[in-house]
Amino acid sequence: MPKEKFDILESTCVPLPLQNVDTDQIIPARFLSATSREGFGNNLFRDWRYKKTGEKNSDFVLNNPVYSGKVLVAGKNFGCGSSREHAVWAIYDYGFRAVVSSFFADIFMNNALNNGLLPIIIPEALLSKLHNLILEEPSTKVKIDLDKQTFTIVPTGDSVMFSINSYKKECLLKGLDDIDFLLSMKELITAYETKKVR
Amino acid sequence: MKPKTLFDKIWDNHVVRSVENGPDVLYIDRHYIHEVTSPQAFNGLKERNIQVFRPGNTIATADHNIPTINQHLPISNELSRNQVDTLSENCRNNGIELFGYNHPKNGIVHVIGPELGYTLPGMTIVCGDSHTSTHGAFGTIAFGIGTSEVEMVLASQCIIQPKPKKMRITVNGVTGKGVTSKDIILYIISEISTGGATGHFVEFTGSAIKSLSMEARMTLCNMSIEMGARGGIIAPDEITFNYLRQLPSVPGVKNLEASISVWKKLQSDADATFDRELEIEASSISPMITYGTNPGMGMAIDGTIPGTIDKKNETSFLKALNYMGFKQGMKLLGQPVDYVFIGSCTNGRIEDFRAFARIIKGRKKADNVTALIVPGSKNVERQMSDEGLMEIYKNAGFEVRQPGCSSCLAMNEDKIPAGKYAVSTSNRNFEGRQGPGARTLLASPFTAAAAAITGRISDPREFITDMKNNKK
Repeated sequence: MPKEKFDILESTCVPLPLQNVDTDQIIPARFLSATSREGFGNNLFRDWRYKKTGEKNSDFVLNNPVYSGKVLVAGKNFGCGSSREHAVWAIYDYGFRAVVSSFFADIFMNNALNNGLLPIIIPEALLSKLHNLILEEPSTKVKIDLDKQTFTIVPTGDSVMFSINSYKKECLLKGLDDIDFLLSMKELITAYETKKVR
Repeated sequence: MKPKTLFDKIWDNHVVRSVENGPDVLYIDRHYIHEVTSPQAFNGLKERNIQVFRPGNTIATADHNIPTINQHLPISNELSRNQVDTLSENCRNNGIELFGYNHPKNGIVHVIGPELGYTLPGMTIVCGDSHTSTHGAFGTIAFGIGTSEVEMVLASQCIIQPKPKKMRITVNGVTGKGVTSKDIILYIISEISTGGATGHFVEFTGSAIKSLSMEARMTLCNMSIEMGARGGIIAPDEITFNYLRQLPSVPGVKNLEASISVWKKLQSDADATFDRELEIEASSISPMITYGTNPGMGMAIDGTIPGTIDKKNETSFLKALNYMGFKQGMKLLGQPVDYVFIGSCTNGRIEDFRAFARIIKGRKKADNVTALIVPGSKNVERQMSDEGLMEIYKNAGFEVRQPGCSSCLAMNEDKIPAGKYAVSTSNRNFEGRQGPGARTLLASPFTAAAAAITGRISDPREFITDMKNNKK
């Protein structure tokens, strides 16, 4: 289905300065029994967000009212582990539209791009600076311009280019859909199959 | 012609179209599906009112959330039962072959694919499961995908995929006593970290790799995702071909020997270049165990947990040790163990159960240990019976369960309770992976067996007395 378009996003951030956050933390396996894509946001970071008793863990950043926004500023190697796309659905369903890190696990990155959640890779030093800025001043905003491929920390003016493959960029900017693209190539695919058998 | 790696040869052979400055449209020969990551993809097809494009190329199984006892009864958990039933319905409606719950060939997707002859050299294979990298053991490009990509494959037999970089890991020499391919891969991940191969497809080679059995190679490739690699691949050789020759059937192959003569060409050219190279001496690897909450936090079984750590990594490191209830500079040998799990797509094959049996034979399970012994497939379960392993397990006080993913990700009832320690032959020691609050220590079947009979973390080498010590 065509996705929500993405062009420019300016927002405050939620900081999660931990390394190697795996998809089991993002959405634990026991919540994967659903057969639809909706509703996973309720269990995003479930075991960090809630205590065993079911009450909210006030130490966890999502429960701290000081931090909010559509941009999750994560740590290095975010999204490693399981290929579960439910992790991306949960992040998106919760309300995030971009995740920032110094690097992402490959499958997570593909899943994010396929669901309109923009993964943005910035240098490690800048990521660390951004974490500190947000922790000191939670109203710190960032601006993401997908067309120009720029990521800017608004109050400081720090700005970097981020990379994204041109096909996915086009899909996100225009809300295009991969399956429509693939279906338009059926003849080419059939021709490939015929050639391969021979 | 420019020299090519094995990976390049297979990839280039499957490109239907290159998108300019973008990813490739890659044709997929074999698509495996299971109950957890496929329902939303089938829903997508329904919403578009389209059918599966090439149902013959997709093989299905139910494995992730099925119970491992009383499989003759319906699944009691309603959500799990619904997911398994949904898979059956989707397969029926689309003409997809299903080795589902209770099927005599049911099992974990990455165990049954190879044993039923569906995984063959030179193929592209995907599945909505990160451990799809397992199949690279046969000289295939195999990798895990998300559900949107499952939908792409169902709709068009293709996915849109950027070509990863290439890395080669060469392990030369002879491994020491009690060292299995699980230890080799845990060692590599501990050296390069859990994100150390991200963005790369890894070819494993070297004398220590070439001497491994197919089962051992599958264990190795299975965990290549745990260092972030897109996948792992091993060039097919006589060991691969002999494995295929002894299979009851190889569906879709009319003349196996003719195919083998083609597959023999699946090798990296001698002067092919890789973006990264890593060389490891096999003799420097000990039996391994993890102490933290990602597979990169591993050490030699007789080692100590690092005492100091880079400032940048400190928060995550201390959080992990706190979760595990361990301290910096601590030894793990002798620590009490509550659970032992042998099974999963990593170590749920017949050789793994033979290895475990070698240590428990003639001994008794420790009273303080609860053991979850879960074959990777019905076929493995039958082999265990045929080889007399069931008797060995029973005599040593172990109960063997029925096949499934089980306690590897604890989607079913096979959960490790909060705070308890489990020595596990699975692939991930993430927080809560084996149940909320569970503390997982990843290790080989030998090390799991040593823990099961002593009730403590123990060095498996002390229990291996015969001479054939290098193989599982």
